[in-house]
Amino acid sequence: MSTSIPDRPRTLAEKVWDDHLVVKGEDGEPDLLYIDLHLVHEVTSPQAFDGLRAEGRPVRRLDLTIATEDHNTPTLDIDKPIADLTSRTQIETLRRNAAEFGVRLHSLGDKDQGIVHVVGPQLGLTMPGITVVCGDSHTSTHGAFGAMAFGIGTSEVEHVLATQTLPLKPFKTMAITVEGELKPGVSAKDIVLAIIAKIGANGGQGYVLEFRGSAIRALSMEGRMTICNMSIEAGARAGMVAPDETTFAYVKGRPHAPTGQDWEDAVAYWRTLPSDEGAVYDAEVFLDANELEPFVTWGTNPGQGVSLSGVVPDPASFDDPNERAAAERALEYMDLAAGTPLKDVAVDAVFMGSCTNSRIEDLRQFASIIQGRTKAEGVRVMVVPGSARVRLEAEAEGLDKIITEFGAEWRFAGCSMCLGMNPDQLAPGERCASTSNRNFEGRQGKGGRTHLVSPLVAASTAVLGRLASPSDLPALSHEPTKAEVR
Amino acid sequence: MDAFTSHTGVAVPLKRSAVDTDQIIPAVYLKRVTKTGFDDALFANWRQDPAFVLNQPAYAGASILVAGPDFGTGSSREHAVWALRDYGFSVVLSPKFADIFRGNAGKQGLVTGVVGEPEIERIWAALEADPGVEMTVDLVSRSARVGEFETAFEIDDYTRWRLLEGLDDIGLTLRNEDKIAQFEARREAWRPRTLPVP
Ligand code: SF4
Repeated sequence: MSTSIPDRPRTLAEKVWDDHLVVKGEDGEPDLLYIDLHLVHEVTSPQAFDGLRAEGRPVRRLDLTIATEDHNTPTLDIDKPIADLTSRTQIETLRRNAAEFGVRLHSLGDKDQGIVHVVGPQLGLTMPGITVVCGDSHTSTHGAFGAMAFGIGTSEVEHVLATQTLPLKPFKTMAITVEGELKPGVSAKDIVLAIIAKIGANGGQGYVLEFRGSAIRALSMEGRMTICNMSIEAGARAGMVAPDETTFAYVKGRPHAPTGQDWEDAVAYWRTLPSDEGAVYDAEVFLDANELEPFVTWGTNPGQGVSLSGVVPDPASFDDPNERAAAERALEYMDLAAGTPLKDVAVDAVFMGSCTNSRIEDLRQFASIIQGRTKAEGVRVMVVPGSARVRLEAEAEGLDKIITEFGAEWRFAGCSMCLGMNPDQLAPGERCASTSNRNFEGRQGKGGRTHLVSPLVAASTAVLGRLASPSDLPALSHEPTKAEVR
Repeated sequence: MDAFTSHTGVAVPLKRSAVDTDQIIPAVYLKRVTKTGFDDALFANWRQDPAFVLNQPAYAGASILVAGPDFGTGSSREHAVWALRDYGFSVVLSPKFADIFRGNAGKQGLVTGVVGEPEIERIWAALEADPGVEMTVDLVSRSARVGEFETAFEIDDYTRWRLLEGLDDIGLTLRNEDKIAQFEARREAWRPRTLPVP
């Protein structure tokens, strides 16, 4: 599409960028990039619509815009009015704005309501080679399809609503190659936690990360989404995975997927997207998948993680004074002593959900571990599907029964305890194993303590009441059959 | 947006690194639907501690924040910038900013100057030696001064020009309206559309 494709090997990110150039920036000015898909939710949009209204501007492309309610939605009693006044105001404001401007909105109770990053892919709107933005940093999730997807601020939301474009400076590129085969009990979440621990919570700053290698190719789309979702936790602007047959198979047949000749054209184009042989990245990182173990965070940023079989590190072991100070502060907040085996850490709660791990495959993994087992006494276990559709799908497979029989709470869709904007929050001092993506101080409720884990580790932890992986669980007298799990 | 050339005001040392946006403004305050009135939300959790630097009377009315490295990491919430602006801050200096935060700041007229770590330490020392002392930040010469100490700060040319001119983003882009329309005319049919609803 671009008239001036450079005559050299290019990376996936460069190709998508080049094909969306409306104006090439000169003299240090940013490029003007076209946006194919704009996802909207109630938290970061009110002030953007406010701005449009003030200037008398319409939404330029209603057909490239879609909104859903997720951050504030309750996960119980969804038919009752939202009790919290401010949550209700945000949601009602989105409803009013959507009606006034004509934006498609999936409200609470609608089958396509859910976390914005779960809704886009499940509708088939997220596809390879497109640009996706949303006023939410975890927009990086959509990069799993080989899309260029990144979070934007509210004034950029207003900008995209008004112009369907964004002025942007090109990002640098980083190849993260993960080769080998994962051991049983190790999953996509562990890969990405290990990557962040390796490059640091700011190691990806200014970069688009491209995840590649045999271990990435072997992942399902759900696993790739988990990894791209957390690119932002390494400080990156976006994460991407080159599209392949796994991607095409996932998109095909979804409500908004191209059909007929459009599908043929799309796939032909998508096949040209993977990085060219000899394309140069600004940085490269390698990770051996064979060596990976289940991973868990011990601190208050996602880079503060270790293998679950390890111990809480000693702050004195960090050379960098900033890292050392951050570790000291984190251990104090987390109420952990250096040298404690992570597997000795008892939890009060387990949260299974968030845009990182709330898709159907995540729920299946969780259910496969808890089935036939009982929940540890005194531990609160909450399972929150990413969207209303995921909830329906899980119920059709009987996962809800496995979850409730285990003693866990089966909730309605939304962000829930990932950030505690709705009533789902930790009490001060409570400790939680969470499949979400951020372990910042107070993220899951003021004073709450978060350990980021995979769905498999979350499930094992729910069984034992302390951080655990599937291999720590006593064998079942009766192994569930595949049919029972499904 | 008002044009920014130079600013003089009380500077506060915030001696912490990796101040994330959840600390700048906790998620509970994101529920508001207006663009203003976030001053009470700024560092809300930390401000409950009487010893927190912003609670010290000497720093009342502060407008320049001098922070440790990796300021503004985490969530992309622009409310972090609104809260800083509403509280009265015009400038943040740090050895390193998170990208999204910095982008948001530039658009809201909040100056983010990158200053070397040793220089930040010097500024901290000067501010602590004389709490409530004023600093001057000059965007034209890209320099920050407190007492006798002066240091250069970095800010990219484009953001600086925008801040100096006080230019609004959307108006700038819409000068290219014809190019946007041309691009739209050649977009492929397979690209996603949210309407009509199937
Ligand atoms: S689930 Fe959590 S990280 Fe994801 S969009 Fe919601 S609040 Fe953000």
